[in-house]
Amino acid sequence: MAASSSSNTLKGYRGRAKEVLSSLGARVWADVEVKTSKGNYVGLILPRSETADDQHMVLKLRTGYNVGVNVNTITEISEMGYKEAHYEIPEKKFPCDPAKPNVTLLGTGGTIASRLDYRTGAVIPAFSPGELYGAVPELADICNLDTKKLFGIFSEDMSPLQWTTLAKGIGREIEKGVDGIVIGHGTDTMHHTSAILSFMVQNPPVPIILVGSQRSSDRPSSDAALNLINATRSAAYGDIAEVLVCMFGPTSDQYCLLHRGTRVRKMHSSYRSTFRTLSDTPVGRVSPTDYVVLRDDVKRRRNDRKVKIDPVFEEKVSIVYYYPNMKPDIIEALVDNGYKGIVIAGTGLGHVNKPLYEPIKKACDKGVHIFMTVQTLWGYVQMFVYETGRELMQRGIVPAANMLPEVAYMKLCWVLGHTLEREKVIEMMLKPVCDEITEREPHDGYLIFQGGLPEVQKMLRHIAK
Amino acid sequence: MVAVNYLSDEEYEALGLTSGIEIHQQIKTEKKLFCRCPVKMHRDNDYDAIVVRHMRPTLSELGEYDGTALMEFKTKKDIVYQLYHDCVCTYEMDDTPPFLINQNAVEIALQIAILLGCTTIDEVFITRKQYLDGSIPTGFQRTSIIGIDGEIGYRGKRIHIRQLGLEEDACREVSDIRHCVTFKADRLGTPLIEVVTERDMVTPLEVQGVAEQISMALKGTGLVNRGMGSVREDVNVSISGSTRVEIKGVDKLSLIGPLVHYEALRQKHLLELKDELKNRGVAKETLAIWDVDISKLADQLDSTIIQDALEAEPGSIVRAIGLRNMAGMLGHELQPNKPFAYEISQRIKVIACLDGEPNILFNDGEARTGDLSDDAWADVFSELDASKTDAVILVWGPLADVELAVSEVRLRVEDAISGVPNETRQASDDGTTGFERILPGPDRMYPDTDLPPFAISAERLENIKNKMAANPFETYERFRALGISNHAIRQLMRNRRWRLFDRVVKGLGIDLHFAVTLLAERLRAFDREGLNTSKLTDDDLFKVFDKFKQGKLSCEGAGWVIRDMLQNDDSQDLAIERFLLGQLDEKKIKELVSTQLAAKRTLIARLPADKAFNLLMGDLMHGASGKLEPRAVATALRAALSAIDEQG
Repeated sequence: MAASSSSNTLKGYRGRAKEVLSSLGARVWADVEVKTSKGNYVGLILPRSETADDQHMVLKLRTGYNVGVNVNTITEISEMGYKEAHYEIPEKKFPCDPAKPNVTLLGTGGTIASRLDYRTGAVIPAFSPGELYGAVPELADICNLDTKKLFGIFSEDMSPLQWTTLAKGIGREIEKGVDGIVIGHGTDTMHHTSAILSFMVQNPPVPIILVGSQRSSDRPSSDAALNLINATRSAAYGDIAEVLVCMFGPTSDQYCLLHRGTRVRKMHSSYRSTFRTLSDTPVGRVSPTDYVVLRDDVKRRRNDRKVKIDPVFEEKVSIVYYYPNMKPDIIEALVDNGYKGIVIAGTGLGHVNKPLYEPIKKACDKGVHIFMTVQTLWGYVQMFVYETGRELMQRGIVPAANMLPEVAYMKLCWVLGHTLEREKVIEMMLKPVCDEITEREPHDGYLIFQGGLPEVQKMLRHIAK
Repeated sequence: MVAVNYLSDEEYEALGLTSGIEIHQQIKTEKKLFCRCPVKMHRDNDYDAIVVRHMRPTLSELGEYDGTALMEFKTKKDIVYQLYHDCVCTYEMDDTPPFLINQNAVEIALQIAILLGCTTIDEVFITRKQYLDGSIPTGFQRTSIIGIDGEIGYRGKRIHIRQLGLEEDACREVSDIRHCVTFKADRLGTPLIEVVTERDMVTPLEVQGVAEQISMALKGTGLVNRGMGSVREDVNVSISGSTRVEIKGVDKLSLIGPLVHYEALRQKHLLELKDELKNRGVAKETLAIWDVDISKLADQLDSTIIQDALEAEPGSIVRAIGLRNMAGMLGHELQPNKPFAYEISQRIKVIACLDGEPNILFNDGEARTGDLSDDAWADVFSELDASKTDAVILVWGPLADVELAVSEVRLRVEDAISGVPNETRQASDDGTTGFERILPGPDRMYPDTDLPPFAISAERLENIKNKMAANPFETYERFRALGISNHAIRQLMRNRRWRLFDRVVKGLGIDLHFAVTLLAERLRAFDREGLNTSKLTDDDLFKVFDKFKQGKLSCEGAGWVIRDMLQNDDSQDLAIERFLLGQLDEKKIKELVSTQLAAKRTLIARLPADKAFNLLMGDLMHGASGKLEPRAVATALRAALSAIDEQG
């Protein structure tokens, strides 16, 4: 086998490491004894991550630990055996029970159930019903599960192609008669997808539940299984036929919250309880033993198969996060590059500095649609309060009420896919489809407790976070 | 102390006893290993918040589930973590990925690896080791290997060090009641090193000795934490024909000998049980274990134990389990007062979460437990259709737990048919152990995807080696060869004066015994008096020895000066001055001697000369608290005594 080392037998190794290993006749998955000028090792040669350096060989010792051996110190490698690892999630046939509801899980590439890639350490999603059943057997107690992998990408790589494909896929499943749809999605842009689906899929008769995990399911403490169980229950039995995000409520393993697709946002880079409904309250709460509708204004499940699928999207839209000292060229550059719509996340009640007035006016005059949202995330744009706001409106900016910036962005893309006519655009933007704008903000729509206060500390001792 | 009748070395050899240890020692760093929380432990119960979690097994890197992981999953426990604002952040609660490893901790681990003669690792990988018992909220411990293949000398024998690991410490368990286990998260994440020996030890006291030497020498490095819980040892034990059993978390060194002894015997008794089962034709394929619900009979059994349990937990059921052909086996003693049935009971406690005391009752024809009458047992046997050659177990509780218990009875008997199950066990203070977990294998290890591997450059290693001084692991063995008592060596390691000891003995030519007396015994005595000897540097003490060597201080005077330095908090120069000032001249010594002689005259008259001398010498020296030069006193006393003799 010696020097025949094709790229596969030294998977991931490059440069100096590859040179030394092939000269010593080493290959990955070989069980070897390694002699070095420092000491000797016995273990299995593992493939190497392509982003790692070219000075070390990865060895899995008998104890299960991995170590890197400096290739420049290696004097001899003798192969004693060969053990290639196969990464498979135990696949069991997903049971079918005619008495149970039918749920379709659409996959986009999130890591709901997964196994580990030894090489890059990346997580490989488990997706077929059999694999999912192997990983989360509880699903079989809930429903008959069908899975369709639409694409397999990271959530930051989602684009109009995926959103329209997803919307059409949902339409087909509804037509086929499923009782609910679950969408596995990476959490980073889950709220973007939930927003656009709220516009592209209107008045669905069944629940459409987006779900993901903050701790990948290769971890014993992962939130993935509980999220998936709760999402599947919400899809199979839940009475809210809307586009919803189902993710951990508290960081404890207790229940998930159901958030309306247009009012939800990922608010922490790593917490399990990262998704929050902003300027409003969640629509439901679900656990493996419980399902509670928290509000009266939800759209209920129906038996018909009617749904409006409206998958249009204008890509030339941008979002501008205003900062003090922003220069006019930021706006000008967008206009020069042919952008048709801009959502500004302004300060406070919806403000930007005076130097932007002129380019904003020019852009609006040129037919670019500019909407104002707030970077405070909570609360309404209120452009009559200060002169700045009035002056901005005079130049053509339209306040977008309490639409979240990302939601306004998604909606503007969708609206501009229908029309470029100013009046029509404004009318569509400001007419709520799915609570992306609400008439009122309830007093408990903004709740961020501050740690350190005695009354909050007292609560935290008794209520699991 | 546990009194044990140890076997002879030959008897352990005949058993084929081999044992290895893993020593987990917290190292001295200001911050934790993978986050920037301070290392801190709370004595109070005043935690600030709680989080509740559960664990699920995951696939290993090699595509397999780990046995322990599946076992822990079966227990379906709520795991409650108590959080502290000042030393638990979102990392410990597993709500944020790890930060880069604490390089101060890596530095210390490298030093210790080098001291243990290990080959240090060129590129360190952080590995996840699954622990589904809840002791770590992530469900795995982040751990790494820093060195492999070291060795230390122990009484002339080479003990091999398999590896030196660096890892994060786990939570502390507060309680484990039924389906809820509670942990304090303060300790979580504290840097630990793990020293793993090969299974080179062959008698219980050898295991204890090696454990003692390593942990004391670790203290001698000055790089580790001291105090309760800062060191914990796992002990692996096997005998011929058995499998490896690991006793976890032993925090008393003196318990190691008894634990190894009783474990070796437990394994021997399990192998006897295996033979007996084979003789009776009890085999896995044909194993007959069956059960019937006897909840209806509960009243009729007239057992207070069962009735109280049923009342305490309404909805509970009672099951009788028949074990075909196992008469006389459940009572088979494995450890002092702990029969085979105890193993079954412990497994049910851990896995099925039935933790009543007792949680089972049994009757195997020869032995039985509980408060059932003969008639009641007869009813149970008949309900089960069991015969005199069978054994019966009763178990009660909620349906799901009882069903799990029934299947655990079967699994444990299957294990007994094979011999000694691979498991980890918990130590009791009497030297016996109870089931804790199924022993995890390498399948529970997988790479940490959150952190990159990092290389240890040759230059960095060289720098560390250059900075390093003497080796306490070697010194320990060398001191022993010099005839210094184990007790004194431990003391010198604990107070870290072993380096100074070498300096004064080798460098100044100070007498070994005097150095031991002063550096091990006197310092310890001062510490016990509440004088903090750690505030004296080695250099301070070295000067005292130097003055002694120059003849400016007597043996007693050296002790006096050290005490004086501790009490007055100033330099040894001043202390020596004070000592010399207070020293009495020849004339005053003579006066003292005659006063003392006069006071004890009648007593002395009745004593032989040498005893009289010793008595008076002791009184004089004691009375003068170190301010007398013994040689001068002895001379004066001898002169005075002989004067009396002449008169007499």
